[in-house]
Amino acid sequence: MNNITDSLRMAHPEVILSAVTILLTAIGAFAGRKASLVVSALAVISLIGVAVIAAIGVPVGIAFGGSFISDAAASYAKVGIYLMSAVAVILGYGWLGRLSARQFEYPLLILLAATGMGIMVSAGDLISLYIGIELQSLALYVLAAFRRDDPKASEAGLKYFVLGALSSGLLLYGASLIYGFAGSTHFDVIAAAVKAGTGTGVLFGLVFLICGLAFKVSAAPFHMWTPDVYEGAPTPVVAFFTAAPKLAAMVLILRVLYTGFPDNIEQWRQIILLIAIVSVGVGAFAGLVQSNIKRLLAYSSIANMGYVLIGLSAGNHEGAQAVLIFMSLYMIDATGFFAALTALSRGGKPMETIADMAGLSRTNPAMAITITLLAFSAMGIPPLPGFWGKFYVFKAAIDAGQWPIAVAGLVGSVVAAFYYLRLVKVMWLDDSPGAVDKGPLDARIVAFASALFAFPLVMIGLTWIEHYSGYAADAFGLL
Amino acid sequence: MTIGLAHYLTVAAILFTIGVFGIFVNRKNIIVILMSIELILLAVNINLVAFSAYLHDITGQIFAMFVLTVAAAEAAVGLAILVTFFRNRGDIEVDDASVMKG
Repeated sequence: MNNITDSLRMAHPEVILSAVTILLTAIGAFAGRKASLVVSALAVISLIGVAVIAAIGVPVGIAFGGSFISDAAASYAKVGIYLMSAVAVILGYGWLGRLSARQFEYPLLILLAATGMGIMVSAGDLISLYIGIELQSLALYVLAAFRRDDPKASEAGLKYFVLGALSSGLLLYGASLIYGFAGSTHFDVIAAAVKAGTGTGVLFGLVFLICGLAFKVSAAPFHMWTPDVYEGAPTPVVAFFTAAPKLAAMVLILRVLYTGFPDNIEQWRQIILLIAIVSVGVGAFAGLVQSNIKRLLAYSSIANMGYVLIGLSAGNHEGAQAVLIFMSLYMIDATGFFAALTALSRGGKPMETIADMAGLSRTNPAMAITITLLAFSAMGIPPLPGFWGKFYVFKAAIDAGQWPIAVAGLVGSVVAAFYYLRLVKVMWLDDSPGAVDKGPLDARIVAFASALFAFPLVMIGLTWIEHYSGYAADAFGLL
Repeated sequence: MTIGLAHYLTVAAILFTIGVFGIFVNRKNIIVILMSIELILLAVNINLVAFSAYLHDITGQIFAMFVLTVAAAEAAVGLAILVTFFRNRGDIEVDDASVMKG
């Protein structure tokens, strides 16, 4: 059996992050705003450090009496989460500097959210699932309202909080029912208890639990908060929202369904497929009428979550691997998109509507090429990352016999292609209303790096991602 | 009549429903929404403790402790966001939270 030392070694990344957060809070509290550079730099270093530790230095096993799982899937997700959080700290530091409001709380909130996400992907029972989600969510609510003098941001924070708290309530009600009717909070014990079939109580609980988790990945019909929060929250914060928390929540859904209910695929598949189809539909059609780019990207992310859930519904090893590959590629693409938006402004005012983008190919060709590449990738043009993500999820669904759903997903992605193409058309063919600002270096670097990954680095990156996500998917123990 | 598990679950289900309706039906005040959220979490706690007693298993009560703690943190964060919202708008009516639509 494990003793406490072994348990702590398996939870090393989260333990280190918690300790660093407390230390940096103390530094910030004593030194105030002067410490913001030190706090941000240490936050980035420790996030990259724990990503390395998660990749190579964590023993595989079950810690804290089964509440904490350290396996390849958790490590794979943690590397992505911590690296994306480090990018968010860098983007946020530059952004706050331009507002001349360099608060040291920003990197601390990212660190807390990253710790919560680390616990989410390692959750082995319903209690650590809940604690992880709340640690992440509470930090994210505050980040959404981080510009407290901006009416839009505080409204975004309030909406996110109310709907997020409601979703936590649903999730928790489901967790309590599963606990009561299956007799345990541990996923493996639940799996044994429902092997012969779920009773009504457990099934009810599972539906509530999936609804709560669907809120967290912003899958329709639980997506109401997404467009408002994306529009109102600061752009660098949205760059963070759209990447790491979604990966963490997706891995958590995989964990709950694949280790908690591996013998009840037929029952949860219907719920997941319904959510997936509605998400693809809402994301594709509601996105058509948007004029604000951040709202447009919100609907695009809803549609993308639909594609991931189509892959997840396969319920086998291939499905888990498809989810991980899609999420990894999507994270890089979406972060690049929002970094590009952060970098673009005209006369000091951020460019937020599609009309603002007119003629960008002449005023800022590098950024226009970047956004075009990322848009083509999101559309699914081969050989860009978005194509490979869709390729894997639809292949997993078709191999599992779900071809009608895969066809519906493809139709949705064709409809969604329209709004990306409109953006590209406006950038390359319309007349520019005036020169754009040069844009901050940090945001430009992130956007260019993401475009560079979209083409041509993805050719090399994909073989790595496929290799390691295969290992990660093995951890769920499915065929 | 003995009070059994079913009674507790019924009370919790009623409280949960009142809480959810409190969020969606209420059009007046955001404080009422915070109270509804609290109601949902407490309904869950009744569920957890009732199951814990019924199953003779301590886990449910530990879970309830965690839920109470997180509920306190959640209320603190919620009220803080509400204060920033009030400073920007001057009131906290639900219908005012609609600068963004679509």
